Amino acid sequence: MVDDNSLEEVTEAHKRWSNKVESQLNKRPERKDAFHNTSEIPLKRVYTPVEMANFDYLRELGFPGEYPFTRGVQPTMYRGRFWTMRQYAGFASAEDTNKRYRFLLEQGQTGLSVAFDLPTQIGYDSDHPLAQGEVGKVGVAIDSVKDMETLFDQIPLGKVSTSMTINAPAAVLLAMYLAVAEGQGISSKDLRGTIQNDILKEYSARGTYIFPPKPSMRIITDIFSFCYKEVPQWNTISISGYHIREAGSTAVQEVAFTLADGISYVEAALDAGLNIDEFGPRLSFFFNAHLDFLEEVAKFRAARKLWANIMKERFNAKDPRSLMMRFHTQTAGCTLTAKQPKNNIVRVAFQALSAVLGGTQSLHTNSMDEAFALPSEEAVQVALRTQQLIAHESGVVDTVDPLGGSYYIEELTREIVERSQEYIAKIDELGGAPSAIEKGYIQKEIQDSAYRYQREIEKDERIVVGVNRFQIEEKPPKGLLKVDPAVRVSQIEKLKRLKEERDNEKVKGSLAKLKQGAEGDDNLMPLIVDAVKAYATLGEICDTLREVFGEYQPVGTIG
Amino acid sequence: MESKRKIRVLAAKPGLDGHDRGIKVIANALMDAGMEVVYTGLRQSPEQIVETAIQEDADVIALSILSGAHDFLFPRIMELLKEKNVDDILVIGGGIIPEEDIPSLKEIGIAQIFGPGTYTADIVRYIENNLKR
Repeated sequence: MVDDNSLEEVTEAHKRWSNKVESQLNKRPERKDAFHNTSEIPLKRVYTPVEMANFDYLRELGFPGEYPFTRGVQPTMYRGRFWTMRQYAGFASAEDTNKRYRFLLEQGQTGLSVAFDLPTQIGYDSDHPLAQGEVGKVGVAIDSVKDMETLFDQIPLGKVSTSMTINAPAAVLLAMYLAVAEGQGISSKDLRGTIQNDILKEYSARGTYIFPPKPSMRIITDIFSFCYKEVPQWNTISISGYHIREAGSTAVQEVAFTLADGISYVEAALDAGLNIDEFGPRLSFFFNAHLDFLEEVAKFRAARKLWANIMKERFNAKDPRSLMMRFHTQTAGCTLTAKQPKNNIVRVAFQALSAVLGGTQSLHTNSMDEAFALPSEEAVQVALRTQQLIAHESGVVDTVDPLGGSYYIEELTREIVERSQEYIAKIDELGGAPSAIEKGYIQKEIQDSAYRYQREIEKDERIVVGVNRFQIEEKPPKGLLKVDPAVRVSQIEKLKRLKEERDNEKVKGSLAKLKQGAEGDDNLMPLIVDAVKAYATLGEICDTLREVFGEYQPVGTIG
Repeated sequence: MESKRKIRVLAAKPGLDGHDRGIKVIANALMDAGMEVVYTGLRQSPEQIVETAIQEDADVIALSILSGAHDFLFPRIMELLKEKNVDDILVIGGGIIPEEDIPSLKEIGIAQIFGPGTYTADIVRYIENNLKR
């Protein structure tokens, strides 16, 4: 970045300055003997052109909207359009959640993000014995396409983009969405949105798996291939580091494990005979925005660069859109504290800012009360306002990648790329992400980092404001959202009514065809769409697939 | 209890919740403190948890739940323990549990609830001081 002459001068001056500082450390010591970030990257006192001596601007950074996309996937980034402000929401019944969506859209939110309850995420209807106590708790309960119609009542699906956090049964919920859109008279070609559909991180970090890896990967590639033809603007997967980080990983592990999962999906799709430039442009990602502000900014840039490189060099993708890592970001839920919850507003603001400086395409900001319960309306409004403040008041959006070229940010970005590459090489050696998960390797790495983080807090090496320093006496918060347990009762009644009113022969027929398809190698999506339209329930469809595919048995990793 | 026998803890995840960072960190800390820990893994029914606790001769059941289903699952576990006439296992819980729910959980016999931000060292101390046998 600097010519050789001045580099020599800077190196000399740097030595002189370092000697001077070192000699004064006795009198003026630093706070710690050594500094490092969450990824254990040692941090220098100051970064200078010396570290950047071999830095090739065009190769490392280039220009926004061009390979390797380090500076952003679009040429004008937020000068053109802000990120999508997309608050993850869902609770109780479809009626309750529909009200919350309409509130959020009135408040200026620009996309929807559906949180489903756990029975829905694991493919059980609300009347299943294992659903007791869980219906409507962490998200909305969806049993059939009728609930889905209520969920999107008076919301124009041709205009809004919808992200759905759904993995093992993603095909079923996507089919329901298509059916609702058809009912609103909207062509599937005009629909925009995302299904998470990332089963690998369910095995390693999030826990809502149903089927074993092999049939799960088949369902995913069936979705890729179906959507290429039928729902071309849909993001067919959101390869997620978010939950890996929430489970305790470092920033480097988040990038490495997510991209290793990404590599496995690409390989599965290629094995299924798909063309890289047909499904590549529809792959999307999802990252966490954690506490270490500059490490996070560098992480987003590093992930983008690394993915572009993998798609180009490893998979030989040609379409520039296949090389672009587009991602959603959510601030780190695990950093919210139950103590002095208003402090969470500030944490979230810094985390959100790091995502924006890292070039995110969409963003969820957590609410201050989420260490206690799902967010109240008041808390979610502050969270959304935080994004609007960054967009309209902070000024950081008016130039592309404003931190690009900072000696420190560029050095951190390079370190994160290199350390992630080392992990990916290790996972390749283990036979790829599914096999590394099968061996418990990824889970163990995450778990060790989580334990180290907690020990640092307990030894006061890591300060959490309000928790291990600056504590006060306080009263428990008021006005938390509480889900009425009666939701389960009303869902069960709805299910009963549905089963009386629908054409049960038609349901049986569609499920029999689905079973046959699953036993063979037909694309499952059209069969699931037919079953959904015949009013087969989510549980019935997933049970049909369970019969053929079996269920995943997790590996133990404790001890 | 024999003086040399290690404290045996069943770390359990009732319900469908997949958040296991907390329970795994606690399991690690309890092991480092010299306890024997059996971790159930995810998606355990109350019946499975009670059965495993009896089989493993657990002194402690440590329940973790972040989905909000504690209001159904915790009472169900306590009911089953009562049915089996088990009253000498210390049952503790943690996760995302609103303050206002805690009194009723204590009433049914959950000895203590540990929320976000709890030190593992405090949980170790609590267990050591409150064993029922």
